[in-house]
Amino acid sequence: MTETPLLDLKGLTKAYPGVIANDDVSLSIQPGEVHALLGENGAGKSTLVKMIYGLVKPDAGSMQMFGVPFAPAEPRAARAAGVGMVFQHFSLFDALTVAENIALGMENAPKLRDLSQQIRHVSDTYGLPLSPDRVVGDLSAGERQRVEIIRCLLQEPKLLIMDEPTSVLTPQEVEILFKTLRKLSAEGTAILYISHKLEEIRALCDSATILRLGKVVGECTPAETSARDMAEMMVGKLLQTPTRAGKTPGDVVLELKGLSAQSPSAFGMPLRDINVEVRAGEIIGIGGVAGNGQDELLAALSGEMLTSPGMIVFKERDVSLLGPTPRRAMGILSAPEERLGHAAAPDMSLTENAMLTAAARERLEKGGLLDWGAAQRFAEKIIETFDVRTPGPGNAARSLSGGNLQKFVIGREVLQRPDLLVVNQPTWGVDASAAAAIRQALLDLAENGTALVVISQDLDELMEISDRFAALNEGRLSAPRPAQGLTVEEIGLMMGGAHGMEVAHV
Amino acid sequence: MIALEKRPQPSRAFSLATPVLAVIATMVFGGLLFAALGKDPLVAIKTIFWDPLFGQYAFFYRPQLLIKGAPLVLIAIGLSLGFKAGIWNIGAEGQYIMGALFGAGVGLAFYPLEAFYVFPLMVLAGALGGWIWAMIPAFLKVKFGTNEILVSLMMVYVAEQFLPSMALGLMKNPEGFGFPGSRNLQQYPSAFNADLIEGSGMHWGVVAAMVAVILAYVLLTKHRLGFAIRVTGEAPRAARFSGVNPTRLVLFCLGMSGLLAGLAGMFEVSGPAGQVTIDFNVGYGFTAIIVAFLGRLHPVGILLAGLLMALTYIGGDIAQSNLGLPAAAIQVFQGMLLFFLLALDVLTNYRLRFGRSEVA
Repeated sequence: MTETPLLDLKGLTKAYPGVIANDDVSLSIQPGEVHALLGENGAGKSTLVKMIYGLVKPDAGSMQMFGVPFAPAEPRAARAAGVGMVFQHFSLFDALTVAENIALGMENAPKLRDLSQQIRHVSDTYGLPLSPDRVVGDLSAGERQRVEIIRCLLQEPKLLIMDEPTSVLTPQEVEILFKTLRKLSAEGTAILYISHKLEEIRALCDSATILRLGKVVGECTPAETSARDMAEMMVGKLLQTPTRAGKTPGDVVLELKGLSAQSPSAFGMPLRDINVEVRAGEIIGIGGVAGNGQDELLAALSGEMLTSPGMIVFKERDVSLLGPTPRRAMGILSAPEERLGHAAAPDMSLTENAMLTAAARERLEKGGLLDWGAAQRFAEKIIETFDVRTPGPGNAARSLSGGNLQKFVIGREVLQRPDLLVVNQPTWGVDASAAAAIRQALLDLAENGTALVVISQDLDELMEISDRFAALNEGRLSAPRPAQGLTVEEIGLMMGGAHGMEVAHV
Repeated sequence: MIALEKRPQPSRAFSLATPVLAVIATMVFGGLLFAALGKDPLVAIKTIFWDPLFGQYAFFYRPQLLIKGAPLVLIAIGLSLGFKAGIWNIGAEGQYIMGALFGAGVGLAFYPLEAFYVFPLMVLAGALGGWIWAMIPAFLKVKFGTNEILVSLMMVYVAEQFLPSMALGLMKNPEGFGFPGSRNLQQYPSAFNADLIEGSGMHWGVVAAMVAVILAYVLLTKHRLGFAIRVTGEAPRAARFSGVNPTRLVLFCLGMSGLLAGLAGMFEVSGPAGQVTIDFNVGYGFTAIIVAFLGRLHPVGILLAGLLMALTYIGGDIAQSNLGLPAAAIQVFQGMLLFFLLALDVLTNYRLRFGRSEVA
């Protein structure tokens, strides 16, 4: 294409204390182009789009839009110039309706009735089923995302930035989204698409720019490049595929019998009649869209949330009424999704965080008195075994990057030789090589006879490591099926399909 | 432009330095305040900080330092345990009064029996009184989810009604010629909490405060329960996850802070105060909140902060009588101390960056 690019970035550089987030980044996007921005966490993708959206000012370099210098001082200026952005985390008020939420984000909102009309129009045009009168609190994650997208589309953007849009969607919802994006692209709207899901990018994007450590390390046409090649460009080295030997599962370790429980939090999801058996040496993968009972299931298994007697049986013993400490002593260990504040105390040192869950099993405590020397040795062992990058165990948990803290949290439980390990989102926000290491550690545990329950929203991950797969939907667990040979469609249906899919016709 | 930038982890150096900086800043701005009131600031500062310790009449003021400091430290140590865990007992003043009433009640009931066990029983009763008063908000919190801040504070007002009712009724001295107030326990040897060394100000309450400082230090650094308290304050969900039972922690923290406040009241009524009077309480329970934070919720810090606070009280009194400074100015001075401490606290987690501001 020889026409003037819609957006042309030249030599953008942005430094933060101690790190260069973007180093001489250049890229250009043509009208109607779907351009992927690829890279691991911390590669500088977010910083780059924040500069385009006016949230961050570049230290050096220039941006041009249709050949005219473009330097938005704030998001409002970027929006006025035709840039729309859908963030990974939604900023919506649960108690307001769709139309009210959208009106709140507009500079001069029309009357609510006119706005509802416009919302219906956009929603019909782009195949995004959504009623403007519904209260946001009742919407699924996919529907909430549609609210954000429609909010952007109402401003008729020339460039739409999407940050990890599919992480909260079922496969069917992803299909709806992709149809919408393709239609937009056909009308000339350019899309800058951030993701680390390579198959999606291959299916959707016309071109891709790959960032590593703030620098552009490559460009490619995704349809003609294999996912493995793109992954290796992102990571900068050859990837290890986790390996496992075939084996036969052992005795039943965990048995859930009609597990039902109210969620401890007001906006949580109750667990409804969950029945499943997990055997020694077996990994059961549990998929599902976030907010369908994942946190509650982990809490019920870890002992943070107690259930009625007889619902949770561990090695033929009813543990339903035992708290986290006695369950750990028996060999039930867990690692929750939220690293900072749940799995680890942010302002406490790694030694103290090692003490947090390992006091009983690693004999860090005698008669109520804590053995800090032993805790420090255990923390050092985790750091060494799991290659956690930190100056030492005296550093606060919050000073670690997400991936390193995740390795610490998983390592802390793995090294305690669990009989049953429950993890939620074990590799969320972790770079590819760390994720591979964590998955390998989980597989090794299973090899040695541990029963594992892996809850994740990353279907590729679950397919890679699970023996059997089940999905959580509205607090119910589908019947587990052997993971081998499951198709994406089957998985999607187990996850409950697309919400409101029946009206989705483009 | 000056910008605040979050530190990757809390600075230990600043955590230790901010109390000192706060005291210095208070001296500077307090000095300006005194100057504006037409007093020589240097003389005023010297009167408050130097004279009680090393001045001409220091022999009189030094014991006062222990007498005023001990209840502050004892109460603040108890409060700090809860504060560290995010459990807010604001009602130490009430627990202090109830401890005094229970302790004095036992002593007065035995009068005039002379026996070695009278005083120990009074100590137990005092602890029990404060504990019961704190367990009311604790029980309501764990059972019905009420807010312990409000309930414990309201219990202060109830206790403040009990005090005159006792001083003028049940505990009134039958040989007191109709004057309000109980018998003077200082004149009842078995119940008198006398100076252990005559004229030193060193009574059993001072010993209890020292023991509390040491035990609290051991609890917080070496014991499972202290670790549970710290984790709960830092990250409540992580504490749950690690197996801390929040209900038990609420009962322990509120109960323990009530118990220590009750002890402080008991040692005061049987010692320096001597009798139950309608104006027995002078606000130690509230000042101890400031002491707890001034000491950064650390046992040793609280010990130093309690002594510093006692010093400003005594020095403030001297400044009032000798220099004619208004009482309000002294209170502003003490308020400044807390203000600067909290304001400078931000430097523990943030650093100042001078230079061009950046859009984050």
